[in-house]
Amino acid sequence: MTRIPGGLIDRSQTLTFSFNGRSYTGHPGDTLASALLANGVRLMGRSFKYHRPRGPVSAGSEEPNALVTLRSGARAEPNTRATVAELYEGLTARSQNHVGPLGFDALAVNDLLSPFFAAGFYYKTFMWPRAFWEKLYEPMIRRAAGLGALSGEADPDAYDRGYLHCDLLVIGAGAAGLSAALTAARAGAQVVLADEDFRLGGRLLAESDPLDEAPAPDWVAAVDAELRALPNVRILSRTTVFGAYDHGIFGAVERVADHLPEPGALVRQTLWRITAKRSVLAAGATERHIPFAANDRPGILLAGALRAYANRWAALPVARPQDRIAVFTNNDDGHRTALDLLAKGANLLGVIDPRVDAPRFGDYQLFAGAQVTGTHGRLGLSSIEITRDGRADWLECHALGVSGGWNPNLHLASHHRGRPVWNEELLAFVPGEGGPRGLIPAGACAGRGSTSAALKDGARAAQAALSELGISAALPRLPGAEDKPLRQSAFWHVSGKARAWVDFQNDVTVKDIALAHKENMRPVEHLKRWTTLGMATDQGKTANVTALAVMAELTGKSVAETGTTIFRPPYTGVSLSVLGGGDTGKDFRPTRLTPTHHWAEAQGAAFTEVGPWLRAQYFPRPGETHWRESVDREATAVRSAVGLCDVTTLGKIDVQGSNAGEFLDRVYSNMMGTLKVGRVRYGLMLREDGHLYDDGTCARMAEDHYVVTTTTGNAGLVYRNMEFARQCLWPELDVQILSTTDAWAQIAVAGPRSRELLSRIVDGFDLSNAAFPFMACASLTVCGGLRARIFRISFSGELAYEIAVPARYGAALMQRLMEQGADLGVTPYGTEALGVLRIEKGHAAGAELNGQTTAAMLGLGRMVSDKKDSIGAVMSRREGLAGDRRRLVGLLPEDPNVPVVPGSHLFTPGAPQDMAHDQGWITSACVSPHVGRSIGLGVLEDGDCRIGELILAVNPLEGTKAALRVVPPHFVDPEGARLRD
Amino acid sequence: MLIPHPLLGLRDAQEFTYLGDAALLDRPSPEGEGAEAAFCDYVFLRGNPAGVHRELWFHEHGDRSWLVVTRNTLTHEILGAELASEVAKALRGAAE
Repeated sequence: MTRIPGGLIDRSQTLTFSFNGRSYTGHPGDTLASALLANGVRLMGRSFKYHRPRGPVSAGSEEPNALVTLRSGARAEPNTRATVAELYEGLTARSQNHVGPLGFDALAVNDLLSPFFAAGFYYKTFMWPRAFWEKLYEPMIRRAAGLGALSGEADPDAYDRGYLHCDLLVIGAGAAGLSAALTAARAGAQVVLADEDFRLGGRLLAESDPLDEAPAPDWVAAVDAELRALPNVRILSRTTVFGAYDHGIFGAVERVADHLPEPGALVRQTLWRITAKRSVLAAGATERHIPFAANDRPGILLAGALRAYANRWAALPVARPQDRIAVFTNNDDGHRTALDLLAKGANLLGVIDPRVDAPRFGDYQLFAGAQVTGTHGRLGLSSIEITRDGRADWLECHALGVSGGWNPNLHLASHHRGRPVWNEELLAFVPGEGGPRGLIPAGACAGRGSTSAALKDGARAAQAALSELGISAALPRLPGAEDKPLRQSAFWHVSGKARAWVDFQNDVTVKDIALAHKENMRPVEHLKRWTTLGMATDQGKTANVTALAVMAELTGKSVAETGTTIFRPPYTGVSLSVLGGGDTGKDFRPTRLTPTHHWAEAQGAAFTEVGPWLRAQYFPRPGETHWRESVDREATAVRSAVGLCDVTTLGKIDVQGSNAGEFLDRVYSNMMGTLKVGRVRYGLMLREDGHLYDDGTCARMAEDHYVVTTTTGNAGLVYRNMEFARQCLWPELDVQILSTTDAWAQIAVAGPRSRELLSRIVDGFDLSNAAFPFMACASLTVCGGLRARIFRISFSGELAYEIAVPARYGAALMQRLMEQGADLGVTPYGTEALGVLRIEKGHAAGAELNGQTTAAMLGLGRMVSDKKDSIGAVMSRREGLAGDRRRLVGLLPEDPNVPVVPGSHLFTPGAPQDMAHDQGWITSACVSPHVGRSIGLGVLEDGDCRIGELILAVNPLEGTKAALRVVPPHFVDPEGARLRD
Repeated sequence: MLIPHPLLGLRDAQEFTYLGDAALLDRPSPEGEGAEAAFCDYVFLRGNPAGVHRELWFHEHGDRSWLVVTRNTLTHEILGAELASEVAKALRGAAE
């Protein structure tokens, strides 16, 4: 155990957890990494490529090494950074990417093969033979290199999404973020403060410097309490703002229950969409490493992380408390780690600083002008080599804090192609122009990283942001804080022949960068792809700038001239589960239910998806073992008695206004303005390119009132297009439209006994053929005063009506019709029977109106009026469409036992079966109880002139061929006598 | 993105359906020799500039207004939004 006194952990409670099957203890406030370090465990994983033993290098979300699989079973979460995984009772974690135990990984042999895995090895080594790539090389590489594996099981937890709106979004709750939030909150602005940590404070929790002579966490706690008490502030802890999007919209993930053994009643994570008028980016800075020989051993950490573990988590990354610790730094900040370690009573070897004039800040040994040039320790650091003036000494050392300076976390500031700018004084990139509008970087992420500067900068940024919104904010009194200048040097790496790691996670070394340079992969984008630098899950947060500096050194250019890549969302990994926001499976999109859905369910109906709707497909009866039995019975009932079908899903559009007729004349290809009140007409709609796209009926209820119906699938599209025509094409017409699909329940009553049935429910309405003929419509009341509409239209070819009542009465109407029609043989039918009936009648539906057909092809050419302009009319007359000679035909198999297969293409017998000889295709097919065999509809070259011919239907996908007789596309009542009866 | 609806103020782009080039407002005359060629251009050719573009958005999950939105396609900056019906009326007024 190397738990030392102090820290922000709750020692009154002990938490038990396990890592690789061994049990350990920690405390609330610990991360998995801090708890493991406090237990003397430094080895937490293996590197991606070489399987090198690795421990944590950071204490935050930038961690490249300590990736573990958290939890088990369906909740297993691979590649979780142990440095941010909050400890909870019963936590279980496993290390990744090794064969055999973590301490003896069989694939560590890769490390010996490292000469073969140099930069660009993917591109060079496995080029040929080509066939080997998929079968041999790739599986081999994928097995040997990698990260954790997914469980393969469905995620058992719930996720949610939420929307927030605010005046000011503050990203990060360190010194700058807290002072920004405080300034804005006191001014009464709506503030959202988000921080990825489970505790507010940022680096203030990790540093020993006091605020107003009190510990910094005290000030943090006071601010936290004040903010929480204010109604205009929303604090989102455990929340990563991962992306800046257009117009002040930010994406954020709140890890609501990741710190609990199981979410219970909570959602696991919430995806927040935050719309902010202004934002302050206070994301802090990330320390960078100094590459030197074998700098990747467990026990070698960033200096700032080392003191964060000591100060916040009371843990040292050594096996025994008395083990020696050193600091290797090119800047003054690294010396703070030495001072804090001394204050904590650690056994400090000293500070190695390559600057010849390195300052000394306390009572420790200073190796000025010295470098760390080597390390030993198979599974953890045991000694380091310090070289000064050409003399090298090996010294026992078990942990090493390394500081190569700090990189501002400017990621979000570059999300809109904002180019980072090199600051030679800070030796770092700072946010440049062109970032997200209204986003002000403040504090360390803007290059103002002393505590005092960050506090002031945050307040100033909030004040400036709010003044743009017309809110005046007073600067709060800020506590006195350290304001040390950050003196550092442009010492980027230690030269040498041994491998020195730049990008730990993807195993990119200084040598790889030199090789990329030699092979002319010098621009930063090439460097990145050739070496895979910065392409791991950490996106090179600790590595990128160092790599650029190394490349700059090799090319003899400055870092500014070398340039940098910019960042895209997400800032850290975001799970697909939370991006889905819980919209999986059945919840992927809303399901619309018809008014008679629950009634149909009670009848035992099978359902099918039609567009966004669930519709009854058929209604099986006891004893029916195959769906076709039910469908045949239903279709036969419609032809012989009466059937009922819920047709509510067909789109209904109410069209009103003095120019309604004129408007519909322009929307439909055929005339509607001439329609008499009380009459219905079948109509076609074309796309402007001349193809058919929808059909339906149009009923004139009054001089200035029409009701249009559309197909189920196109209800939304037709409405949108009609609004386009009304607003964008002919705004001068007096016409208003409204979608009323959901307002009216509509039931088709079809069959020779439909009139008889309906006469039992209408309130004295004359349904006789003379009074209410085919294609008549009317408003009336039914069932003793219920408002209704009735249309005498037929999709089946039988005497038929459709009756509409306000949607809430739909189920009651269906039940009333079923009761009243019992002695007439009334039968509910579903979409399957509906399809059979319309194919038998030769009516077009979705399969015929597939976007490739024209009115002429369906035998409806005369419905495109040339007496007026309408959408698609001009283009329907162009040569390519007008000259198309394919026509709708009926198809009947010669052999009654052979099925007609939709999708088959049609060929003249004896002709080659290829594209050049294609004669058309089968659009729809069914087994017709009326005809007594399989029948089909199709479009055939010169079809209307080929009645009686034999044609060959070929379906290479199904492997079927069938000889079919071309017949007219009406298998039932071709004269249309029944529906006029 | 946020779209400044002329009647409803700033609305989230998620409430809208996008159509594209506002040149679709300028439907050609069906009369005359060149009608077919004019319609061919109207139906198949769309401006798609890298920069300022006038485009049609439908407030489908809102008040069902068609809008002409002027947007910089490079920066997504929205420079204005008008009711398409007003734009169409002005266009037809100018043509007469």
